[in-house]
Amino acid sequence: MGKQYETVIGLEVHVELATKTKIFCGCSTEFGGAPNTHTCPVCTGMPGSLPVLNKQVVEYALAVGLATNCKIHQYCKFDRKNYFYPDNPQNYQISQLYLPICHDGWVEIGTAAGKKKIGIHEIHMEEDAGKLVHDEWEDCSLVDYNRSGVPLIEIVSEPDMRSADEVIAYLEKLRLIIQYLGASDCKLQEGSMRADVNLSVRETGAKEFGTRTEMKNLNSFKAIARAIEGERNRQIELLEDGRKVIQETRRWDDNKESSHAMRSKEDAQDYRYFPDPDLVPVIISDEWIARIQAQQPELRTEKLGRYQTEYQLPQYDAEILTGSKHLADIFEETVALCNRPKEVSNWLMTDGMRLLKEHGQEPEDISFAPENLAKLVELVDNNVINRTVARSVFEAVFADNVDPSRYVEEKGLKVVNDTNQLRQVIEKILQENPQSVADYKAGKQKAMGFVVGQTMRAMKGKADPAVVNELAKELLENE
Amino acid sequence: MDILDLTAVELGRKIKAGEIGVAEAAEASLAQIRELEPELNCYVTVDEENVRKQAARVQKEIDDGVLCGPLAGVPMAVKDNMCLAGLPTTCSSKILENFVPAYTAEAVERLIKEGAVVLGKTNMDEFAMGSTTETSAFGETKNPWNPAHVPGGSSGGSCAAVAAGECFYALGSDTGGSIRQPSSFCGVTGIKPTYGTVSRYGLIAYGSSLDQIGPIARSVPDCAAILETIAFQDKKDSTSILREDCDFTSALVDDVSGMRIGIPTDYLGEGLDDEVRAAVLAAAKTLEEKGAVVEEFDLSLAEYAIPAYYVIASAEASSNLSRFDGVKYGYRTKEYEGLHNMYKKSRSEGFGEEVKRRIMLGSFVLSSGYYDAYYLKALRTKALIKQAFDRAFARYDVILGPTAPSTAPRLGESLGDPLKMYLGDIYTIAVNLAGLPGMSVPCGCDSRGLPIGLQLIGDCFKEKNLIRAGYAYECTRSYEMPKMARQKAEKEAEQEVQ
Repeated sequence: MGKQYETVIGLEVHVELATKTKIFCGCSTEFGGAPNTHTCPVCTGMPGSLPVLNKQVVEYALAVGLATNCKIHQYCKFDRKNYFYPDNPQNYQISQLYLPICHDGWVEIGTAAGKKKIGIHEIHMEEDAGKLVHDEWEDCSLVDYNRSGVPLIEIVSEPDMRSADEVIAYLEKLRLIIQYLGASDCKLQEGSMRADVNLSVRETGAKEFGTRTEMKNLNSFKAIARAIEGERNRQIELLEDGRKVIQETRRWDDNKESSHAMRSKEDAQDYRYFPDPDLVPVIISDEWIARIQAQQPELRTEKLGRYQTEYQLPQYDAEILTGSKHLADIFEETVALCNRPKEVSNWLMTDGMRLLKEHGQEPEDISFAPENLAKLVELVDNNVINRTVARSVFEAVFADNVDPSRYVEEKGLKVVNDTNQLRQVIEKILQENPQSVADYKAGKQKAMGFVVGQTMRAMKGKADPAVVNELAKELLENE
Repeated sequence: MDILDLTAVELGRKIKAGEIGVAEAAEASLAQIRELEPELNCYVTVDEENVRKQAARVQKEIDDGVLCGPLAGVPMAVKDNMCLAGLPTTCSSKILENFVPAYTAEAVERLIKEGAVVLGKTNMDEFAMGSTTETSAFGETKNPWNPAHVPGGSSGGSCAAVAAGECFYALGSDTGGSIRQPSSFCGVTGIKPTYGTVSRYGLIAYGSSLDQIGPIARSVPDCAAILETIAFQDKKDSTSILREDCDFTSALVDDVSGMRIGIPTDYLGEGLDDEVRAAVLAAAKTLEEKGAVVEEFDLSLAEYAIPAYYVIASAEASSNLSRFDGVKYGYRTKEYEGLHNMYKKSRSEGFGEEVKRRIMLGSFVLSSGYYDAYYLKALRTKALIKQAFDRAFARYDVILGPTAPSTAPRLGESLGDPLKMYLGDIYTIAVNLAGLPGMSVPCGCDSRGLPIGLQLIGDCFKEKNLIRAGYAYECTRSYEMPKMARQKAEKEAEQEVQ
């Protein structure tokens, strides 16, 4: 029987904040744009330029810190991290080392063994770097400073996670908190949320931590899970072979499903951190904290509970709906308009989820207006259209955000419950199908279903099924 | 009467009155520049064509009544570490020899808005590191009082240009004495304002927590008027402060009765030249005779100012100067292999010896393992020095002493012994560490005919005390111009006689 190993994982999560302008200048943070068009002397590090802190960055960082139970350094400072690289125009990054804005917090995650708290060591504010573009054809490197100075927060966890599942649960938790706060869209693929994994292994029961490595370049939850598995196995193999784990930074290649060393601790740079003399300390008053606290929106956990009590939704539905801030927003706005929570939930949970899956989309991609879903619910409630028609209308709402009333009008989808018109249609069907009449008379109830079906078909689904049923029965009896 | 005999404010008045045209004033400065630059080398860049364009525009705006400030139309110069859109801004360094900014430093912008005619950019010690203007990559500036001597530094070009009549006033920057010390050596007046009074936006940083821009001119009223124009809270500089007491010219009152003046005994001790001591004490006596209460006191801690300064300023400089890497602008080495070799060669070739010495010193004191022992300790020393000044200003309105231990040394005398050169900053440096305002006013010449400077130091935001004391003292004397600056005027006078 081989030794049992425990994996110890801590995370450094970078989140791009959703401010309109950069952290130290007025340039736009918008993604895209021709290279170096969202730049100025400050974010390109021109001589003589000076940084001025964007207040919104502090407010977002505070909001995230408060939502993750952190303590706040009410006197916090920015420090310079010095290193030479062309994506960093000043050759130092303005970050926080000595007095980060938030520290000593936690979030709770669900695990197979129940609830678990994951500690947050600190949250600090910093600026993003530009982007290097290596042109193999011209054999040169170009740099785009549009991203330079985009605000980031870095959330550093304690080494409290023990499996990939816990890591994913922690990341999901952070993502939902931050999305709910509106502080970031947290898209891993687009890089607005990036996670570096610090991992070590130790024999189960051991008290000391093993030597850790840091894994970079993880662009999806799946890549993170695979990288954790791969690194755990690599480290155990080394130990089993009697070799040592080297403290180093490794780069994960998700295509090869393996990692390679980038740099070891020995050649780690000395960043010569010191307080940035161009910026003044940020003083965060009790009033400021209280104001941010008061402005905090309802977060996921509270919303989940409220959906079950206030709207009487099953837990499963509430979890799905609140699993995306965007989806929850659509749900609530629709309910506010039509006051039919169960109906709205049903539309989103069944047809909504089905369509997302068919299109390979995420809840964030839903683009229809809540008013249109509310109108659809009302059309069904008022019996203007029947359920079958309603599903096709929902598809049109989902795909093109159509106005259901106008759509139903234009396509002539209204329910027909004009008994005279329906009577004529049924009579014609009975004439054409004497066998069905005979079957009915012989006591075969199924024949009635056939007649109703034929009628609905002739009416292209728009007939009111209750009226058709009633008329069909009456006419068959009277034949 | 020659135009060059006028102070900036006097010239401004005559321009406003229509007695002198802006172009006429500018041409007088340009003529003096042409005459003396071959010998003095005060400027890195003079753009004559642009000067004439500015003069024409400013004249029109004065005529139209748009410009009516005291400095409208007065030709001036800017130290070459302040950005001026469209003109090379080099910091007197090879690494920035081809750098032309697209923006203008806020302090310069304020003056331009008030009708300043910018003659050009003045020479300095490379990146303001030095006390002699000999570390410039574009040759040393010489002292107009005696071209065998240095003008001081780092704002040596600005001070020499003012003394030589190559401009009517200039902007300098002061990190450890770089306005006051060359003002002293060149016999002109210069003010280093309270930290945060003048925006640093567009000033190429040396030691960000110590750098301040300030005026250099022939008289205290000139300096007061210039400072009044450039002092304001700039939203682009987080360290700039809101002040509501920037009416500095209101302090131009010839009255020091009851003013309490302290002379630190430490500032009169070992290392101070006897002639300088005598001149400074004579100036103190003059103020006392005008009604000030003068006494000596122990400031203490002065000896710790120099090491603390060189740790803090070098640490900040090592980081501030890392952006000069040959990637985006400035000098790039001709041949290199790969990124790091390019960095290394560009910076090794682009920076001069003194700059490299301070980058290395600064990198060292910030290194892991040394940060606490050097950088943090220096910051604590800085706080103690501030406290020592606080105690002094509880008793005195103004601290008086020499600006520098000696008059201007001969060219080539200082660079061989950097430690000795650093010690030359002993009276000026503590003022920057404490963020205080300081001023140098001429107080005579030594037996070799080299000017001596009187330093006045005030508490934070108390520039007005310095201006009042400086003005009262200045009223007892007449402005002395170096002979060299007179040569041209005299030549012309001779021609007229003939």
